[in-house]
Amino acid sequence: MADVIKKATRESYGEALRDLAEEYKDLVVLDADLAAATKTGIFKKAYPERFFDCGIAEANMMGVAAGLAACGKIPFASTFAMFAAGRAYEIVRNSIGYPHLNVKIGATHAGISVGEDGATHQCNEDIALMRTIPGMTIINPCDDVEAKAAVKAALDFNGPVYMRFGRLAVPVINDKETYKFELGKGVVLKDGSDVTIIATGLMVNEALEAAKALENDGISARVVNIHTIKPLDKELVCKCAKETGLIVTAEEHSIIGGLGSAVADAVTEGCPVPVVKIGVNDEYGHSGPAVDLLKEFGLSAENIADTVKKALNK
Amino acid sequence: MDAEIKKDLQKTACKVRMGVIEGTYNAKSGHPGGSLSIADTLTYLYFKKMNIDPKNPNDPDRDRFVLSKGHTAPALYSALALKGYFPQEEIKSLRHIGALLQGHPCISIDGVDMSSGSLGQGISAACGMALAGKLDGKSYRVYTVLGDGEIEEGQVWEAAMFAAHYKLDNLVAVVDNNGLQIDGKITDVCSPEPITDKFAAFGWHVITVNAHDFDALDAAFTDADTITDKPVVIVQKSIKGKGVSFMENQVGWHGTAPNKEQYEQAMEELNAQLKELED
Repeated sequence: MADVIKKATRESYGEALRDLAEEYKDLVVLDADLAAATKTGIFKKAYPERFFDCGIAEANMMGVAAGLAACGKIPFASTFAMFAAGRAYEIVRNSIGYPHLNVKIGATHAGISVGEDGATHQCNEDIALMRTIPGMTIINPCDDVEAKAAVKAALDFNGPVYMRFGRLAVPVINDKETYKFELGKGVVLKDGSDVTIIATGLMVNEALEAAKALENDGISARVVNIHTIKPLDKELVCKCAKETGLIVTAEEHSIIGGLGSAVADAVTEGCPVPVVKIGVNDEYGHSGPAVDLLKEFGLSAENIADTVKKALNK
Repeated sequence: MDAEIKKDLQKTACKVRMGVIEGTYNAKSGHPGGSLSIADTLTYLYFKKMNIDPKNPNDPDRDRFVLSKGHTAPALYSALALKGYFPQEEIKSLRHIGALLQGHPCISIDGVDMSSGSLGQGISAACGMALAGKLDGKSYRVYTVLGDGEIEEGQVWEAAMFAAHYKLDNLVAVVDNNGLQIDGKITDVCSPEPITDKFAAFGWHVITVNAHDFDALDAAFTDADTITDKPVVIVQKSIKGKGVSFMENQVGWHGTAPNKEQYEQAMEELNAQLKELED
């Protein structure tokens, strides 16, 4: 087997912006003094006249993005998830969400895999916050291929979109040549009949690994990638609930308000089966290498496999 | 300013004020004080200054207006209705269930360029609009009105820094300096003074003006047109509740609607003012 290529989705974000700028003349990029980290610096280098640094002022950046969108531009407002969804929440809600403006929010450094910077910068709440905003689309891509496709899909969609990218390099699991991104549609990556593991972001690869391990133990696990958390593909979720009778969700986000909650809401309403959520529990992270933190917080193939076995009493 | 034009503006301002009273009275809520203090400025902008056409409210080349102090929507709605963006009757259903006119400005209303009302946010959107104009090489101008209490919001100063940095000389911010906010005098609550020095320090061209003198307003906004490479702030000394004797300079009228008796007295005063101008 060829070596697995790894790449951080924030890198894919920066490259996608640069690659799409020629085709989308109204695309402009805003950042808040983090261009080197969010990778919008890649865009800035190619299109300096369409890049605007707002300085360390995220609230204003979101408002400026709203004004640009009100005049026909397609602004990508970029910063860390903590500041995009956290600090600027109310501006995103009132100046972007309420007027339903065509602003794209590129939130990088999401989740615990921020690593050494520790709890203040590990945003495990952004999906929960953004889900509460009516009309907000939320995309959490799992790899380079999906991240780039997501940026294009966001450009083609008229309305506010929150895109979540990671700092850590993660395996590229999708095939660039054949991959098709459909906003709001989940993707069945592996079929199975005993349980459905519904994962998002970097947990998709972990879910696939877990499914392989479970197979060795005689457990048939279906794996679904949910890249669009809102609007959720409820139809697929319910189909999986009915066909496999058990759902385990996996996300690099708080178990409160994220993918697990969204799936549980859909299942409770339409097709009740047990839902077990894997994510960051109701606690803060701390400093450490990203890979170690992911293991420590149970965001691993091993923990997914163990959780599935426990839920199946095996 | 031509005497005839000035008189017309004064009459229109009187009608804008009547709309404020009519709207808040029928809504049994709302913010008459700060609406009345900006009535002359909005009248000047909508009936003299801005390049706008109610028949083509989404014209990409139009001047933009963002009411950053969004709670004074009654004044904006009143000006928009008089200008012909929507029927005057809508004023009476302000803030009612199912009404067109929401408690704070909403972008879905013809003539409203940005949803606003959560203080400190409108000026950022205005910056974005001004930047878009620059990018597209358009000559439209962007106007925004802030409260003097509103500028206590930190976001205002983030926006002030941004506008100066990007040399948004197509942006004019008005600070409505009526000196009062909900909890009392701005200088007692958590003083934003000295307002002019602060904006100057942030790199803005600063103009001060009497908010209730159309000649002065005309001079100020005309002066603003000539400034290049800098955003302009017009700090206008105004009277909260201006035009209704018992509301003037009374902090209690920040967010209280008139009752029937007060409504009748206010309308009587404004009608008298209008009649005097018409005679």
